[in-house]
Amino acid sequence: MRRPSALHLILFPLSVVMVTPLAWMLLVSVSTQAESRRFPPGLPSGIEWENYLAAMRDAPLGSWLVNSFVVSVVCVAGNLLLCSLAGYAFARIPFFGNKVAFVLMLATLMVPFQIVMLPLLIMMRSLGLIDTLGALIAPNLATAFGVFLMRQFFTTLPRELEEAARIDGASRLRTLLQVLLPLMRPTLATLAVLTFLQTWNDFLWPLIAVQSPEVMTVQLGLQSFQGAHTTNWPKLMAGTVLSQLPVLLVFFFAQRFFVRSVAAAGIK
Amino acid sequence: MTLDRRRLADHTAGWGFAAPAVILIGVFGLVPVMWSFVLSFQHTDLTSPGTFAGGDNYAKLVADPLFWDAARRTLVYVVLFVPITLVFALPIAVMLNQKIRGVVFYRLAVSVPLVTSTVATGIMFSWLANPQFGLVNAALDAVGLPKQGFFSDPGQALFAVVAMTVWGWLGFAVIIYLAALQNVPKDLIEASALDGCGRARSFWHVELPLVAPATGFLLVWLTINGLQLFDAVYVTTKGGPLRATTVLVYHLYNEAFVSFDGGYAAAIGCAVFLIIGVFTLAQLRFNRRTSHYEVR
Repeated sequence: MRRPSALHLILFPLSVVMVTPLAWMLLVSVSTQAESRRFPPGLPSGIEWENYLAAMRDAPLGSWLVNSFVVSVVCVAGNLLLCSLAGYAFARIPFFGNKVAFVLMLATLMVPFQIVMLPLLIMMRSLGLIDTLGALIAPNLATAFGVFLMRQFFTTLPRELEEAARIDGASRLRTLLQVLLPLMRPTLATLAVLTFLQTWNDFLWPLIAVQSPEVMTVQLGLQSFQGAHTTNWPKLMAGTVLSQLPVLLVFFFAQRFFVRSVAAAGIK
Repeated sequence: MTLDRRRLADHTAGWGFAAPAVILIGVFGLVPVMWSFVLSFQHTDLTSPGTFAGGDNYAKLVADPLFWDAARRTLVYVVLFVPITLVFALPIAVMLNQKIRGVVFYRLAVSVPLVTSTVATGIMFSWLANPQFGLVNAALDAVGLPKQGFFSDPGQALFAVVAMTVWGWLGFAVIIYLAALQNVPKDLIEASALDGCGRARSFWHVELPLVAPATGFLLVWLTINGLQLFDAVYVTTKGGPLRATTVLVYHLYNEAFVSFDGGYAAAIGCAVFLIIGVFTLAQLRFNRRTSHYEVR
């Protein structure tokens, strides 16, 4: 018999502390208004599903979720396609100016977003994209990080794979699609998860690029919802739960893999 | 001849593949950096064309007490946020690296805040730290301590933001440390045990130096993110109460979108960029001096 480790005495309370905010968000989301404001707080007596219905009814939560979904999915698709193509080119094709272009692209990774956002706002306005989902999509359609990730991946592949296909007369694009695509899946999945997470949770750029309630993403909408009324906590928490559901699902079903992605990418 | 044709084909294929991403990143990532620098020498509200301002914005920056207050708060924030996160993360990572029952559950619990958005985090913590009915005050009350204001108390708000963001980033730091610890070769630890090292000594003298690169990375990464603090403040305190949480980027936001002084905001942005650049270079140099080992 192995004795249970003494580490549980530290790890268990720690886990409780880490999970408490989320657990309590769930509890408040099914409490009544009065229960959410009593002191000391306690468990709700029943389950008020009504809060979720109210959140969907009284705020355009449904359209905010749809907006977030559209922006995230389009950005994921854009990154998968454009970053793969560019990553492959930078890894494998000796074309004119490739080194300069790559270094300049990497340099943008070191620039804080606050310095980019003011001119970006002017650009979006002159493109007529301000206050549309286009303003949220265009700057995130391809990312320097994504190109870098894909390039790193392609440089680890043995060249022989492609050379065989090339000798058989396949074009580069065909080689990429038919020979390399199956091998790219794990890396593409990493890129997809990280892009989705980042665009779904993004806040500062939507805050300044979008004003109309019907164009807001769910993060922005929730924030405005919190500010606009004397806070109806159960309803607000129900909305928050719904806003986090997609990323939490991704997290729970792809946890191992997800953790690896974050460690590799260094983002939150 | 054939060689030249092949090289020409390479150039066209290369640019054909790379152009869409390169153009998008160039237009939306690189051009704005230079543009921001230009903006910082203009008087502009960001909607109508600006006029040349010379060094006015930078002169204003040097003389603006609000800027220096914001810089001081940002410094206080970073000096608390980064070390606290690191000091908690390493021992937790070491514990989570042991083969004990339920470790999967513990890892899940520690890393779940990673995916939680800052807005959701802010809403949760606003309730937890509510002065009237929040859970934290209930805990204080239970042990006989007086209720606190947290986000609504000018003396505590910045520390409440530190606590909230440590919760949000801890899982990230733990994951990075875990990855580094798992890369430490087992035979090194066995060798140190054979040489008579206890667990503690082998951790201190073998594992700790080997995870130094991870510490270095986290130091840089958390500092960069800490200097750019904005979302967490916006969703909890809006820079208040009494400007107690108006950090640099929040000040920038105020100047650009409340006072409509886009040129001055751009100057603040350039200053933040400079500070981040200096910090990063200094830390990278320091890291290079202190890490003697390469893992992997």
